[in-house]
Amino acid sequence: MSVHPMIAALRKHKAGVILIAMQIALTLAIVCNAIFIIYTRVDNVRRPSGLDEANLFLVTQQWVGAPSGDDPDSIAKLDALEREDLAALRAMPDVESVTPTNSVPLLNSSWTGSVALKPGSDLRGGTARTAFYFGDENELATLGVRLVAGRNFTAADVVNRAMRDQRQPSLVIVSKALGDKLFPKGDAVGKAVYFNGDTMPTTIVGEVERLQVPSTSSWSSGFFWDTTIAPIRLNANFSRYLIRTKPGRLEAAMRAVTPTLYKTNPMRVLDDDSVKSFADIRSDAYRADIGMAVLMGIVCLILLAVTAAGIVGLTSFWVGQRHRQIGVRRALGARKIDILHYFQLENLLIAGIGALIGIALAIGLNMVLIKNFEMSRMPIVYVLGGLVVVLLLGQAAVFVPARRASNVPPVVATRSV
Amino acid sequence: MLTYYFDLALRSLKRNRALTALMVLAIALGIGASMTTLTVLHVLSGDPLPGRSGSIYYPQLDPLDMKDYTPGIEPPEQLTWTDGMYLLHSKRATRQALMTGGMVPLQPTQSSIDPFQAVALYTSTDFFPMFGVPFQYGTGWSEAEDNGKARVVVITSALNDKLFGGKNSVGQILRLQESAFRIVGVLGDWHPNPHFYEWYMGRYASDEDVYLPLTTSRDLLMEHDGSTDCWGNGGGDPDHLETNNCTWLQFWVQLDSPASAAAYRDFLMHYSQDQRTAGRFMRPPNIRLRTMMQWLDYIKVVPSDTVLQTWLALGFLAVCLINTVGLMLAKFMRRSGELSVRRALGASQRAVFGQLLMESGVIGIAGGLSGWMLALLGLWLVRQQPANYAKLAHMDVTMLLMTFALAVSASLLAGLLPAWRACRITPALQLKGN
Repeated sequence: MSVHPMIAALRKHKAGVILIAMQIALTLAIVCNAIFIIYTRVDNVRRPSGLDEANLFLVTQQWVGAPSGDDPDSIAKLDALEREDLAALRAMPDVESVTPTNSVPLLNSSWTGSVALKPGSDLRGGTARTAFYFGDENELATLGVRLVAGRNFTAADVVNRAMRDQRQPSLVIVSKALGDKLFPKGDAVGKAVYFNGDTMPTTIVGEVERLQVPSTSSWSSGFFWDTTIAPIRLNANFSRYLIRTKPGRLEAAMRAVTPTLYKTNPMRVLDDDSVKSFADIRSDAYRADIGMAVLMGIVCLILLAVTAAGIVGLTSFWVGQRHRQIGVRRALGARKIDILHYFQLENLLIAGIGALIGIALAIGLNMVLIKNFEMSRMPIVYVLGGLVVVLLLGQAAVFVPARRASNVPPVVATRSV
Repeated sequence: MLTYYFDLALRSLKRNRALTALMVLAIALGIGASMTTLTVLHVLSGDPLPGRSGSIYYPQLDPLDMKDYTPGIEPPEQLTWTDGMYLLHSKRATRQALMTGGMVPLQPTQSSIDPFQAVALYTSTDFFPMFGVPFQYGTGWSEAEDNGKARVVVITSALNDKLFGGKNSVGQILRLQESAFRIVGVLGDWHPNPHFYEWYMGRYASDEDVYLPLTTSRDLLMEHDGSTDCWGNGGGDPDHLETNNCTWLQFWVQLDSPASAAAYRDFLMHYSQDQRTAGRFMRPPNIRLRTMMQWLDYIKVVPSDTVLQTWLALGFLAVCLINTVGLMLAKFMRRSGELSVRRALGASQRAVFGQLLMESGVIGIAGGLSGWMLALLGLWLVRQQPANYAKLAHMDVTMLLMTFALAVSASLLAGLLPAWRACRITPALQLKGN
């Protein structure tokens, strides 16, 4: 079929053609970018934290009338309170392992610092940034992270320190990502590093496969997997315990933990947020991302539906307007399929022009988003995918009116109205 | 005449129900989505202190070392203790207050209430008059109490209701972190949004429970939350924040005229210069003096997701409008026969144009009404979200009026091109063709 007469016909309907093309262009631009945003958010949510997340929960509590933690005597008292809690928690029937900790992945409560290969390197000029986890010899087992090199902490490695103590740990376990960043040959175990610009060396004794930082916001994206675990029990007027329960006993253990702690020592504050399962921590951390993804998805669907409805409406009008001409063509020997193809090809032409403009718009929009909304560059596959979607949408939308057109009987040509 | 046009419009719309419904629905969806996001944006970017915010400024200094320095770099968001105290005590502004937030364990004397963590703001005397904070009972504390590290506290009405059943509690004792504080004031209804003066503890809907002198909080080494940014060697040891190289304090001033703002800017400049000469500051004077609204804009107080959603909704509205223009064009052109008859019978081009525009206006009003209901539904959905700003998402009169203005102007705009095209039909040609 020749395209030439079709273009001649379209020039008679400039306004309608431009409107459909514009609508398709805008739809393509918005839908591509929206789907890319959905993908980015879903990708964030799906990245594994490195933890064995089932059967895990976190307790945060605060002592009332606790010692200040300023002098050795009161630090010892705080540590005694903490060890008393740990013993009580470990004695619970449903509990498998417990560690004190300052934070967990996805909690968005971070303790970060720098790590350098040279002593005394400036705090801001460190080789790499890292987030710290402080726990005891049960930290790895409780988190459920896998040791890939070196050794785990032993009970003898664990020391207790006041929260405000600025001294660096003497040994640490790092994530493989951080180890490889510092020692690209992959031989981090046994090496010395310097934290926070300190001059005292710290020895890396082990590497874990993967452990995410506590923060999920964009400021931490540069060191998202660069974590350090130190064998330190932190003493402060509050404490946090990560608890792994026996399989299937999570709820029972969560119910029992508050009474157990109060029984051990009633002088403390535990509120509604104090006991939190890891599943809740995860859903809190990513709620905004999931919300955004759902919203984008709904908008895309409605947008495509509106555009399809617009195409159906306008094509129906054209079919009505060309009723007589269609009859003439049929009378002159055009087959039904020719009429159908005419409208389909016409739509392909308009949608194609719209899609070309749409591709430019989509890339432009992506650049605006990169500049203003910390988005990354959209891979070209999204644009191509969007192109296919709008072309198929156009064909699907045009089919019903085009079928109606192909059913116009040749006899129409002989009627005057 | 208008009623006649209206009648004509209704008849025409009734004739083609599916098409009419499609057009109304498209406008309603576009308006609903736009108004939901615009309302959220309107609430989040609102002025927390209407009438007062114009004279409130946020001074910034740059005490950092030369590392990472490039000309034009933004100074840190907060001040060090040394600089903050100097600016506070030099009193070059009408009013000034230094502050930071924290959590303090509160031990109620009533045994029926468990001890809990109270959200505290550590600040100085001018905080209350500068921000126009209303008091239900009592007042704020004095400068002498600031200097004397007095154990005095101002509590919010919510905390007063919780602890004292809403009765006048001025003079009562409140135990905070093991110390006895005397209540000097109970705040009235005061919930500025955004929570501009201390944004690290929460940007929206995050009221404090207690307010107490900053000097007292340091004296008792109360926990300071929010951000502490340190440079050089040495960390942010919380017990020696006064002498560390750390910025951790927020400072607000009230400057009543542009002239006094300019004078204050000079003062900051001279201070930076003097500090550099004295060897304390390394960088060339690098100061900022933003007004409150400029500051909120600078720290991007509105979540970027909200802004992104607003743009998405507006793009969506644009597609819906283009869609409506196309459908209306199709509809009006289809009626060219009817319109030609009317023109041939003496209707002027203007009359036909007016009739067609009335038709699109009716669609606009119907779309606006349904869009408004969709927006109410959308806002209800927003309020179900856990975000801290969610419960603020309510439509006010401004936004209600804007919904209708947007709907009607959008659909009139959408009707303009089709109506203009349709009324230019040459009647003779059309009639002959038929």
